[in-house]
Amino acid sequence: MRFEPVQRILGVLLMVFSTTMLPPLLISLSIGDGTEEPFIIAFAIIFGSGALLWFPVRRIHRELRTRDGFLITAMFWVVLGLSGALPFMLARNPHMPFVDAVFESISGLTTTGATVLTGIDSLPKSILYYRQQLHFFGGMGIIVLAVAILPMLGVGGMQLYRAETPGPIKDKLTPRITETAKALWYIYLGLNVACALAYWGAGMSLFDAIGSAFATLSTGGFSVHDASFGYYHSPLINMIGVVFMVLAGTNFALHFMVWRGRSLRPYLKDPEFRFYIGVLVAAAGLTTAVLIVTNFYAGATDALDQAIFQVVSFATNTGLTTTNYYAWPRFLPVLLFFLSIMGGCAGSTAGGIKMIRILLLGKQGWREGLKLIHPQAQIPVKLGRKPVGDTVMDAVWGFFAAYVATFVIIMMLVMATGVDQVTAFSTVASCMDGLGPGLGDAAINYGHLPTLAKWFLSLAMLMGRLEIFTFLVLFSPTFWRR
Amino acid sequence: MKIIILGAGQVGGSVAQNLASEANDITVVDGNYRILQELQDRLDLRTVVGNATYPAVLMEAGADDADMIIAVTSSDEANMVACQVADTLFHTPTKIARVRAVEYLSYPQLFSAESLPIDVLISPEQLVTQYIKRLIEHPGALQVLDFAGGKVRLVGVRAYFGGPLVGHELRTLRDHMPGIHARVAAIFRRGKPIIPEGDTLIEAGDEVFFIAARKNIRAVMSELRRLDKPVKRIMLAGGGNIGKRLAQALETKYQVKIIEHNTARARQVSEELNKTIVLLGDAADEELLLEENIENTDVFCGLTNDDEANILSAMLAKRLGARMVMSLINRPAYVDLVQGSEDIDIAVSPQQATIGSLLAHIRRGDVVNVHSLRRGAAEAIEAIAHGDSASSKVVGRAVQDVPLPPGTTIGAIVRGDDVLMAHHDTVVEAEDHVILFLVDKRRIGDVERLFQVGVTFL
Repeated sequence: MRFEPVQRILGVLLMVFSTTMLPPLLISLSIGDGTEEPFIIAFAIIFGSGALLWFPVRRIHRELRTRDGFLITAMFWVVLGLSGALPFMLARNPHMPFVDAVFESISGLTTTGATVLTGIDSLPKSILYYRQQLHFFGGMGIIVLAVAILPMLGVGGMQLYRAETPGPIKDKLTPRITETAKALWYIYLGLNVACALAYWGAGMSLFDAIGSAFATLSTGGFSVHDASFGYYHSPLINMIGVVFMVLAGTNFALHFMVWRGRSLRPYLKDPEFRFYIGVLVAAAGLTTAVLIVTNFYAGATDALDQAIFQVVSFATNTGLTTTNYYAWPRFLPVLLFFLSIMGGCAGSTAGGIKMIRILLLGKQGWREGLKLIHPQAQIPVKLGRKPVGDTVMDAVWGFFAAYVATFVIIMMLVMATGVDQVTAFSTVASCMDGLGPGLGDAAINYGHLPTLAKWFLSLAMLMGRLEIFTFLVLFSPTFWRR
Repeated sequence: MKIIILGAGQVGGSVAQNLASEANDITVVDGNYRILQELQDRLDLRTVVGNATYPAVLMEAGADDADMIIAVTSSDEANMVACQVADTLFHTPTKIARVRAVEYLSYPQLFSAESLPIDVLISPEQLVTQYIKRLIEHPGALQVLDFAGGKVRLVGVRAYFGGPLVGHELRTLRDHMPGIHARVAAIFRRGKPIIPEGDTLIEAGDEVFFIAARKNIRAVMSELRRLDKPVKRIMLAGGGNIGKRLAQALETKYQVKIIEHNTARARQVSEELNKTIVLLGDAADEELLLEENIENTDVFCGLTNDDEANILSAMLAKRLGARMVMSLINRPAYVDLVQGSEDIDIAVSPQQATIGSLLAHIRRGDVVNVHSLRRGAAEAIEAIAHGDSASSKVVGRAVQDVPLPPGTTIGAIVRGDDVLMAHHDTVVEAEDHVILFLVDKRRIGDVERLFQVGVTFL
């Protein structure tokens, strides 16, 4: 293992990331909310440390190996989480302590959307924008962005891309990796613009529209208001949100094919997308029915509106809220959390286990049942009409096992810090899946949790975002052997 | 350029590697998922798993807007069908296919636009056979490459003590050989390229590339090393396709022996060849080699499809006294390893012999011939200058005024039937074939631009 190329790329990535301090700085300067200083200092620190890393090894050019890709990606997300916390710590308002600032920053970048802040409405505009912007860059992945704009990565770009993008099967859309990364970012950017315009047209202020679009398309969940989407009381805005959340939870490779082929057929033919929509419709239907039967809301339309928005928001791990979902009757709150564990589609900005894995696991289980009835039968697991290779199935099982194990261990650790079981379950699920809201003590926000629990949850967010293994391999001794 | 490569075997893989490094959009199609995965890890390209002849698979690989399709699967028939499919359904502009069987190749009318629409046929066996044949015709040369239909050849030679020019400045070449025109295009000293000037000294051990008319090559080589005696006795290890073809091409002029270990194959080869002696046995069998007078053999070639067997049998032959030994080596890493050793004189890489004929079609500008040298790091190309002094950066200019990128030399110019060695004051005319040598392939883009007729160029 040689660290020079890793160090070099890490340095460059940090310098790239430092420029993301500039848009909030411009906002601060233009409206004069008095928070220029934190952004200038943060920019200088991040750029400087990036340059310090890069400078001594700038002449070392070596192709990245697969394991370098894991190391760079994991290290970068950790460093990014820490350095993204700088403005929160430096600003006079909110002036957060270290642990809270890191939690908030990682929550933003991993598009979790869990917050420790209260009184969001009173924060300076530039800080508010900065939080939303963290979502924006974390959503499609800042490493994918780097692959798109930095030609120097070369073949190594593929190693990084693989370590950051979610899903069991990682196909390139175009022959060259930079083109693939560019295509993904163009689509992502385009959807963001469309969403912001729609929100704006539906009555939000321009600032709110842009910030909410960032939170929607990245399936983040930070809002510029304490009451989240409940602040607007507008079914129209909710429906716009639902449409764009569904799009954000869809595999971006599908968007690419639709855009290139100018036809909606890829959506209709894709088995994962059909399953995803099926789950959303079924869950929304069930939730509406329960809400109506228990008379939770005054009218059926109100129940429908709230049910659809919350189901989609949880299933895509966005975590925007319109209502006090945690007070919903019967099994509904827990249903929402199980939906969030299932997650969106592979290759989307959503988190969780991912629909395709759930689908494959289900099919595998069904196959085992069939095999008991017909012991001699040859039953391949098929997706669409194509059989799925054993390597993919093994990887899916491996992921599932690692996911459950990680979940259990972190949940125990969180409970060890003195958190009750409902809160621990919901916060760990919420953080690992990139959802945001919790139940119990964390139903409103995460501010009251013990410091140690916040660290564990920050780790859960990073591991969830990078799909466990990118992080887990770093803990294995063989990874570090030369 | 958008290129689809069908087949990820040895040729497909090395073609992909060569082309991907030149910023082309490459998609590789193969039935084997693992090979593709390995290729995708190493190179920046896209892969598609499936049968390379099926329209749906080609479609998925992006055939509808591909500029070129290169069919190099292991099956001749699949390659031909794939080109037909690409032409009929996707109107792919350039279609290149590997066809090995002489049974097809001997009917060229098969491959016209109306029947099987294949623009370029490549037959690696044929290319390798010709390549080795040229080396045998010029004993002592490391590489012999044809330009302008064989009128001009580029020859790579290692300079030795005893060559009259060794230890002298290049400019004395003309005094040594009045009336013979040759030009040294590049010198590689301990693997590093040197751009030759008039006052460059040639040292023993240098790898010298010179360009000369075909008939003058022996004379120039004699300046650089004591000339080897012409070859008489040749021994080939391996009676596969290459061994058999080579024997066929050589048996009328030389005494050829083939060693083949498979009884049935040995019998078949012996039936097809007339004067060649086919020996049944192991090429690495010392007794057999001694019995067959290896010490008096001029050239020994290891030509089986097993790299290791070729290398070891060639080394053994050299120890036992064969004058010159060659070995066919597929693995690029072995080529480097062997090229530097003293035991084996020449390593022949089939990929390198093949890739040139493909590269000629990928180059922009009117490039008719490309030869890849030194594992693809250097390149010799033959380009045709078009246009006039207003639209071209080459035509109407003296060689010294052509804005060549660094590390590039113009070696010779072929005008009609005349071969002109490039002097600094030679003026390039329209439709001249210009032969250039690039010590660094990364400059290829600049050279391509030189030979494109610019509309906006004033």
